[in-house]
Amino acid sequence: MADPPLWLVLGASSSVARAFTRLVAAEGGEVILAGRDLADLEASAADARLRGAAAEVRPFDAGDPASHALFVAALPARPLNILLAFGLMHPQAAIDSSPELAEQVIRVNYQGAVSILARLEPLLEAAGQGAVVVLSSVAGDRGRPSNFVYGSAKAGLNTYLQGLRARLARHGVSVTTVKAGFMDTAMSYGLPGMFLVASPEAAAQVCLLAARRKRNVLYFPFFWWLIMAIIKAIPEGVFKRLRL
Amino acid sequence: MAEASKHQRISAPGWRRDAFSGWGRLARAEMLAARPERASELAGILTSAGSEGIIVHAGGRSYGDSALNAGGRAILTRRLDRLLAFDPASGLLVAEAGVRFEDLRRVLLPRGFLAPVTPGTAYATLGGAIAHDVHGKNQDRAGNFGTHVEWLDLMLPSGELRRLTPADPLFRATVGGLGLTGVILALALRLMPVPSRFVAVRERRVGDLDEFLGALEVERSRAAYSVGWIDAQAQGRALGRGIVEAADPVAAKAGESYAEARGRRLPVDLPGFVLNPLSIAAFNALYWRRVPKEGRERRLAYDRFLYPLDAIADWNRLYGRHGFHQFQALLPEPGAIRVLLEACAASRAASFLAVLKTMGQQGTGLLSFGGRGHTLALDFPAGPGIDGLLGRLERLVLDHGGQVYLAKDSRLSAAGFAAMYPRLPEFREILAEIDPEGRMRSDLAVRLAIRRAA
Repeated sequence: MADPPLWLVLGASSSVARAFTRLVAAEGGEVILAGRDLADLEASAADARLRGAAAEVRPFDAGDPASHALFVAALPARPLNILLAFGLMHPQAAIDSSPELAEQVIRVNYQGAVSILARLEPLLEAAGQGAVVVLSSVAGDRGRPSNFVYGSAKAGLNTYLQGLRARLARHGVSVTTVKAGFMDTAMSYGLPGMFLVASPEAAAQVCLLAARRKRNVLYFPFFWWLIMAIIKAIPEGVFKRLRL
Repeated sequence: MAEASKHQRISAPGWRRDAFSGWGRLARAEMLAARPERASELAGILTSAGSEGIIVHAGGRSYGDSALNAGGRAILTRRLDRLLAFDPASGLLVAEAGVRFEDLRRVLLPRGFLAPVTPGTAYATLGGAIAHDVHGKNQDRAGNFGTHVEWLDLMLPSGELRRLTPADPLFRATVGGLGLTGVILALALRLMPVPSRFVAVRERRVGDLDEFLGALEVERSRAAYSVGWIDAQAQGRALGRGIVEAADPVAAKAGESYAEARGRRLPVDLPGFVLNPLSIAAFNALYWRRVPKEGRERRLAYDRFLYPLDAIADWNRLYGRHGFHQFQALLPEPGAIRVLLEACAASRAASFLAVLKTMGQQGTGLLSFGGRGHTLALDFPAGPGIDGLLGRLERLVLDHGGQVYLAKDSRLSAAGFAAMYPRLPEFREILAEIDPEGRMRSDLAVRLAIRRAA
């Protein structure tokens, strides 16, 4: 197989990351599960081992960029693939009443992601192979009044990934931006207005396939491409009067 | 927009109002449900419930109302589904309660281990298997599921987490306890080593009830698994005709490969009229002739033998959108079987899937279904007259010292239940102690007045 079998999963407690870990395990791969809830990650690691993976757990806090250099320094000196699956979404209404929540959303989704990817970049360049898959969101395609702090953080991330992709491409490393629509995760559970919600298992499969095929940007589920094409095409003068 | 804001008001973050039903699709409930992905979220979810009560809804494979709590709350545990440890030397598996039998089969059967007791669907969860103390086609020897559980982690209604072993009275209340003692988080289950992924199945046709019981009697003493399909519409001399199936584990054969069955779905509800007494009678007659007169033997993969109905996902849609009743009872005296079958044949109701098998062991739980005798399982498409028939069947079971299985029930009366489950007072005492506010609540518990001292 062309893929190096080691996957670093950042934000490994999320349901997409869990499903992804099981896919890697079923193929006999190797995973490093990184996140904050170590007890939970140990359970996922045990599950992955029983399903055929080598698995270990490492503490990682996306919202604490000061810790990222040490985290990266301690990684094994081997070619890596990376799934970035962490994210934080506060409802816009909650942010409106306590603006410090906006900083949290930016710190995790944008600053945290850039901080860890920037430190991983030299490793990827040196390896000269590998895949980076980042779970982003369709919310980054256009700022809507109902979710624009989260959306702007993801927009920043998407732009960062464009640059990273161009740079790493020269070193044989692919960077995939997965613009996710509605997925059936803990983040979205119970939110109003959800439709055609995709399962974490389906999302995980798309992530793994995207890495194999070295995809650049993709929408998941795929029809969000069309939805966002329409939403992006609405002139700003009209858009500002819509309640989206 | 008005719709959305209304929705927002009733469902706080992390909770969602949804419609649920039992597998038989007759019992239905709207519940406010949380779906934790980590064990650490559970205490907060559990203790948020007030007088509306809360119940775990896991695999959704109980036929009736044991996992429903109309107008109240529910905890969906399907995402607490990790395998935590397995020791091939002892066969001891530790797993979260949302793991399904299907997961065990896929991960551990290739390594030569199988759940020692499994219900007729692989989509039930291990937690649900404890809560209903389920049994399979080997109840005669292996007993119920709870017998093979070494310990379990239970979150009490107060939010306190406790590890329980069989010596603990609360363990015996939780096994078969219908989820009313709290939330089962994890368990240690002793798996059974098997020589291959296949069983050798012997099938034979039996022409009447006496022959049926004779064949089951032979198999109960020699086969690992035995079960009989019964044509519940045959009358007169043919009453009790059917097919008896027995199976034993077999050694692997060189060159024998195993392919996962392709899943089939039933994309729509069949119209209700498809399964009517005439079509069922025709089907049953055909089905009986499926096995040649002289019988036959074949090798089957475990999943095809243990979970024949799982080959069609959503098979419950066969019965149309109005759903169906399941009825299963333990009958200590064989004479009672004829009485029940005659009652069915006399009514115009037709049972599509009817199963007769032997049972031999008591369960470990205070409300476990089990004992020595035969168990007869019937299902009836919903329709007029079924309620009356089920009432008559309940009385017949009571008269013959039998017991109705709660995992499949949606009709039993509180008085009938109390008479069939003599250890109910002990169960009530434990509930009063650990859940004085009545936080755990299900429609089944209310229907059967499980909390109230009669």
